[in-house]
Amino acid sequence: MMKKQARLLFTLFIAAAFLTQCTQQSGNNSGNSSGGALASSAAERVYVKPGDYDEFYAFISGGFSGQLSVYGLPSGRLFRVIPVFSQDPEKAYGYSEETKPMLMTSKGFIPWGDSHHPDISQTDGTVDGRWVFLNENNTPRIARVNLKTFETDEIIEIPNSAGNHSSAFVTENTEYVVAGTRFAVPFPQKDMPISDMKGNFKAALSFIKVDPQTGRMNIAFQIKMPGFDYDLSHPGRGKSHGWFFFSTYNTEEANSLLEVNASQNDKDFIAAVNWKKAEEYIKQGKFTTQKVRYAHNIWDHETHQAHTKWETEVKVLDGSLPGLVYFLPTPKSPHGCDVSPDGEYIIGSGKLAAELTAHSFTKMLKAIEDKAYAGEAYGIPILKYEAVNAGAVKNPGLGPLHTEFDGKGYAYTTFFISSEVVKWKLGTWEVVDRQPVYYSVGHLMIPGGNSRHPFGKYLVAMNKITKDRYLSTGPEVCQSAQLFDITGEKMKLLLDFPTVGEPHYAAGCPRDLVHPKTTKIYKLGENKHPYATKSEKDAHVVRKGNEVHIYMTMIRSHFAPDNIEGVKVGDKVYFHVTNLEQDYDVPHGIAMIGANNSELLIMPGRTETFVWEPKQPGVWPFYCTDFCSALHQEMQGYVRVSPRGSNVPLSWSLDGEKPGE
Amino acid sequence: MKYFSILLVALLIGSFACQSESQSATGARQAPEAQTTSAPAKKQGQAYVKDNVSQANALQVAESLDDFSTLVAAIKAAGVENSVVNAGPLTIFAPLNSAFDKLPKGTLDDLLKPQNKDKLAYILTNHVAPANYPLEQLKKEAKKGRKLYMASGKYLQVEQKGDDVYVGGTKILKTVKVSNGWIHVIDDVLVPES
Repeated sequence: MMKKQARLLFTLFIAAAFLTQCTQQSGNNSGNSSGGALASSAAERVYVKPGDYDEFYAFISGGFSGQLSVYGLPSGRLFRVIPVFSQDPEKAYGYSEETKPMLMTSKGFIPWGDSHHPDISQTDGTVDGRWVFLNENNTPRIARVNLKTFETDEIIEIPNSAGNHSSAFVTENTEYVVAGTRFAVPFPQKDMPISDMKGNFKAALSFIKVDPQTGRMNIAFQIKMPGFDYDLSHPGRGKSHGWFFFSTYNTEEANSLLEVNASQNDKDFIAAVNWKKAEEYIKQGKFTTQKVRYAHNIWDHETHQAHTKWETEVKVLDGSLPGLVYFLPTPKSPHGCDVSPDGEYIIGSGKLAAELTAHSFTKMLKAIEDKAYAGEAYGIPILKYEAVNAGAVKNPGLGPLHTEFDGKGYAYTTFFISSEVVKWKLGTWEVVDRQPVYYSVGHLMIPGGNSRHPFGKYLVAMNKITKDRYLSTGPEVCQSAQLFDITGEKMKLLLDFPTVGEPHYAAGCPRDLVHPKTTKIYKLGENKHPYATKSEKDAHVVRKGNEVHIYMTMIRSHFAPDNIEGVKVGDKVYFHVTNLEQDYDVPHGIAMIGANNSELLIMPGRTETFVWEPKQPGVWPFYCTDFCSALHQEMQGYVRVSPRGSNVPLSWSLDGEKPGE
Repeated sequence: MKYFSILLVALLIGSFACQSESQSATGARQAPEAQTTSAPAKKQGQAYVKDNVSQANALQVAESLDDFSTLVAAIKAAGVENSVVNAGPLTIFAPLNSAFDKLPKGTLDDLLKPQNKDKLAYILTNHVAPANYPLEQLKKEAKKGRKLYMASGKYLQVEQKGDDVYVGGTKILKTVKVSNGWIHVIDDVLVPES
């Protein structure tokens, strides 16, 4: 009894001591907060304590890497590189039999792509964290990345297009994701002299319908436009929902030395496309159906396989159909084409212009009603500049590119030549702040930037050139992102971090839209892969002519079977491997000596396949490539390869017995 | 045991009080230094990772069964809960509550004392093989006369008598597959020979 009381007393004493200490610390904290020195340090504002989570996801495109990187903000920590348009041997993307079809195109299998503009799906004009859409510039395609699995679910090729740059931006309920054409081409393609370009090349603006439940994409229609370069685009929102705006350059239709020849016109255009009108025209049958052939690659979540569906038709509307498209004159080869959160202002950034141009949606509607035309181009009305222009930010900097918004009445524009981000006020067009970036910034991103509701806390500037900013790595140095706090009147630089490939553009959203909803494992019971082996006792090997199919399982810490004999030189050996684990974060890998291929990295419950064509008789090992368990190093096996024509019978075993026997 | 619970509760109360106080005092994030030192280390590690789709691991299965409450309490007192949920693979010979009752009077209470934490952990690790041993595999081991290497560093004899399998002289009563290996239920504590 005495003892128990003593224990209790001791316990209370400890608790009391603890509380006292705690109070003192709170006191210190108040001091910090009012003192400001520590609380306001940039280091503290980007510090995410070990084990804590970042506030935002940032999905940063890899540009010429063809991929999409996932970072946390404010820490700038890299979590994952999602393979989209380029092969990724780490994840077997584009190497496994299951994922190869994702990179199929009408031009055959293409192992690389140039990813540009990620955009997060939206509901009611707000980012909803379901999918990221991403465009490929070189072989025109759009991908949809699933934010539950962080894998590419679908890639659709865009016919009649070349240089799919003004993409992959979505409308405010993800009704459509768009694709444009940067390089006008013969439409449809044909053999003709390049010098005959003017008037004969055309450009397609594609509207791809997105299924609201599944996200599945389908090209609803293309608008055949004059052969200009369509550069960037953004959807109308709120009052301007139903419209889409595309910037153009090279309205000169030059086919050579564009740096001079495409800079002749004083003004190019922003094309305002009324897609609701387009829907009416489609309903009325005012389209032509063009025979085409393009790949539509879809990941099947039940069979864990991609397949390519060949699409053969596309509906084409002519851009000169009445009321479908209007041109808004915009100075000097506009690049960025950004729409304010309320949908009223369309900001054009003339790459060579001395000012930023803001057009008014309200004025545009009035000008259309009044037929305030300055002329027409290939049957498309050109609205009078004065009739649509709302104002301009004068002498903002050199080489304006892109603008994003904080939802509090301010806009932020990047300047490539003068290497800076400039904050200005919508409506008054006055410059409020400017901060240097290091160096030559391209895009910038505010989470939720392309929506009615930006999260105006952080701004990420993405730089093309870094020169002396990091430890040198030879002639090629990293490109970078820079994080600014934009909660105050002045922007405050918090952090620099290097990026994967070219950080072309990014999309961001609060973590809670994604983090709690991610997939943890694939359920083995729901695995409908035709070569799945759902239990170790079902593991076996089958020969079909010179094809050998190994139905293999993996679990901590062995393969079944792990000894295989009867394989011959000249065989094509398919390893169909199922990870039997049903536990979060327990992948297994497999690699085979001499396979002209990548490893497989197989998540719990999934089946993947690689092909091995043995070239030499011998006994050849395979092993687990992912440090899966304490006995990972023991996770290995052998395949005996006999010469062509050998009569060694096909056999397989685990610990001296056939699995299941 | 009760002593530990009381201490834990006291510390938890302390940490909550601390948190709310510092938040109301500053209304802002604490300085990083303060964050790392202001509270006792919260329960961290893989044992505290929860999701609703993964198969249950060894500890989660043991916790869900009343028959293992003493074992679970001992695992926590010894501070080895994160090891028991590790990727493993692990084969755990799990003594029932009745097995602990068979120990000489006072032994368990003694082991649960903080100063005996290492000793308790050593005894517990003698129940864990860092390997994947389903029952069929244990029969094979018995047939081949191979001993089981335990996490304690000791070896356990495995025997087959009729359909029954015995480890360290005690019979396996039941086998449960868990996400990180196997639990074989036994009714004796396998105290390592000194």
